Amino acid sequence: MSADGSSIAIAPSAAPGIAPAGNVVLEAHNIVKELGQGARKTRALKGVSLSLNPGELTLLMGPSGSGKTTLLSILGCILTPTEGTLCIASRPTAGLSPEELARLRRRHIGFIFQSYNLFPTLTAEENVRIALDVRGERGSDAIVRAQRALQQVGLRHKLKSYPANLSGGEQQRVAVARALVGAPSVMLADEPTAALDSENGVAVMQLLSEIAKDASRAVLAVTHDPRTIPFANRVLRIEDGLIVGEERRAEGVETVHQLARNRKRKANA
Amino acid sequence: MTFTLAFRNLFHDRIRLAVTMVGILFSIVLVAVQLGLYLGARNIIVSMIDRSDGDLWIMAYGTKNFEEAQPINVREKFAALSTPGVAKAVPIIVSFTDWRKPTGGTTLVVAIGTDAEEGGLKPWNVVEGDVSGLGARDAVIVDKSYLSDLGLKGVGDTAQIGASRVRVAGMTDGIRSFTVTPYIFTTLTRSRSLLDMPAENVTYVLVKLAPGADVQAVRRQLREKVTDNSEVLTKAEFHDRSLNHWLFATGAGVALIGGAILGLVVGTVIVAQTLYSSTKDHINEFATLRALGSSSGYIHRVILAQAALSAVLGYALGMIIAMTVVYMSEQTPLPIIMTPGLAALLLGLTVAMCAISALSAIGKVMRIDPAVVFNR
Repeated sequence: MSADGSSIAIAPSAAPGIAPAGNVVLEAHNIVKELGQGARKTRALKGVSLSLNPGELTLLMGPSGSGKTTLLSILGCILTPTEGTLCIASRPTAGLSPEELARLRRRHIGFIFQSYNLFPTLTAEENVRIALDVRGERGSDAIVRAQRALQQVGLRHKLKSYPANLSGGEQQRVAVARALVGAPSVMLADEPTAALDSENGVAVMQLLSEIAKDASRAVLAVTHDPRTIPFANRVLRIEDGLIVGEERRAEGVETVHQLARNRKRKANA
Repeated sequence: MTFTLAFRNLFHDRIRLAVTMVGILFSIVLVAVQLGLYLGARNIIVSMIDRSDGDLWIMAYGTKNFEEAQPINVREKFAALSTPGVAKAVPIIVSFTDWRKPTGGTTLVVAIGTDAEEGGLKPWNVVEGDVSGLGARDAVIVDKSYLSDLGLKGVGDTAQIGASRVRVAGMTDGIRSFTVTPYIFTTLTRSRSLLDMPAENVTYVLVKLAPGADVQAVRRQLREKVTDNSEVLTKAEFHDRSLNHWLFATGAGVALIGGAILGLVVGTVIVAQTLYSSTKDHINEFATLRALGSSSGYIHRVILAQAALSAVLGYALGMIIAMTVVYMSEQTPLPIIMTPGLAALLLGLTVAMCAISALSAIGKVMRIDPAVVFNR
């Protein structure tokens, strides 16, 4: 039983944040981040260590101001840590220039934002394609890949729709397709369900848990929404700039998504 | 997709696009008019010198331009003719005088007296009558653009210069004066009579060299021969001196160029302001691009494409208006000139103006903290 009372069995881990040794795609060690200057300087992160394994959906949960988003920004190479080391796809990020960090992001990281951050003047297909465009991937192949990514999130019929004509859930699925299309090693999601109603929130979490099954990709979602826990393989708790706990799904225990799918299958049978 | 994004950003906000276009239009039209006037003025100022068939000009020392010259002694013509390498020396009389209109009243004109059959300087673009008509008694040739200023209706009309009657024997088209004082072509003898000028005086001696003669060598020899009151200039030197006098000594050219620069500055400020505000409005999108891993160059290309699109669109619209102004100025005393070179220069200036304007927007984007994508 989890701390949130979820019915999914999650076992506590001995070393919070550190995944069992395996093909780790992201590894952060003793990350410290100071924000502000002078008297206003604060330590948002006080020595966070964590690693992400492919094939897993990890949730990062904690109260407001606990350092979730700061940690996500550092793991996404958007902010640089004051202290500590970060390796993405075995590549240390220390000493990289902003342009090199941008290159690392476009090669290895996919982002999903709370407010979707779609380009209002571009269609759904163009919004997805732009993630390939920044990588220099253009032409008909990019169009086909963008369309496939939208198909994967169930929006094949909305290719030419502008964000203003899509529901919140659809917009977030476009954002997921955009993060997915570049086949990143790590997908980082910031409060992916916060702006969605319950039904759309579940749909997006189902999508993320499906994506996380890819053996070459790890998904980390920052959230404070307890409804998302059943979809996770692993839950990290952060408080006051430190990882204070980790719960891992016990072997053989199905996610809510899997349970629902099995129930549906049985009902159909 | 940089172009698509730039295009959509630009057309997304129609009001801002309109403001940008107004800025570019204002700038293009102002610069086109000012530089067109400058070119028009240049052409008019030196039209007599450029149209003359001569290599050297002998004139009163210190003469600043074609119209304002003091008399020199006609012996300078013979000094020229006695110089090796000189094929021909044509005396010309140029002087301001009063023109008494047939309809009453007087106006200032510039009388140009020279014998057309000698070559040197003769009316061009003759649209009515003939240059040979100047051989007739009292004959003068005027430009049709000054007909109403001179109180004339056309060929055959008569007027008076001093106490003498003159009759319009022909008309030219487009021979205008920078001083807006009409030119009146006549023969050397008649001009002397009309202007009451002593027989030993002329205004210029236009020297045509024999084929193969060295201009500078002949000029050196001529300088030795002419009196101290005269000087010898090459055609190019007289051309430049006239331009310098009218365009720079009087400040007219400086005003025209200054106006053009002002147009560019105002245009740049307006375009920079609108591009900056457009970038600011789309700052979250640029931050998202940065978060997606786009290089700085990619974002710069979006902004520069937006600036280039604005430039091309503004240039096209601006040139339509500028060409209308050029067309409307054709029959005015100082026509605005548009040449392919000026059109190309304007395009270059517009693109440069928009590129410079984009710098402020690029500066803004460079300061983006990509972390804002998490704070929306």
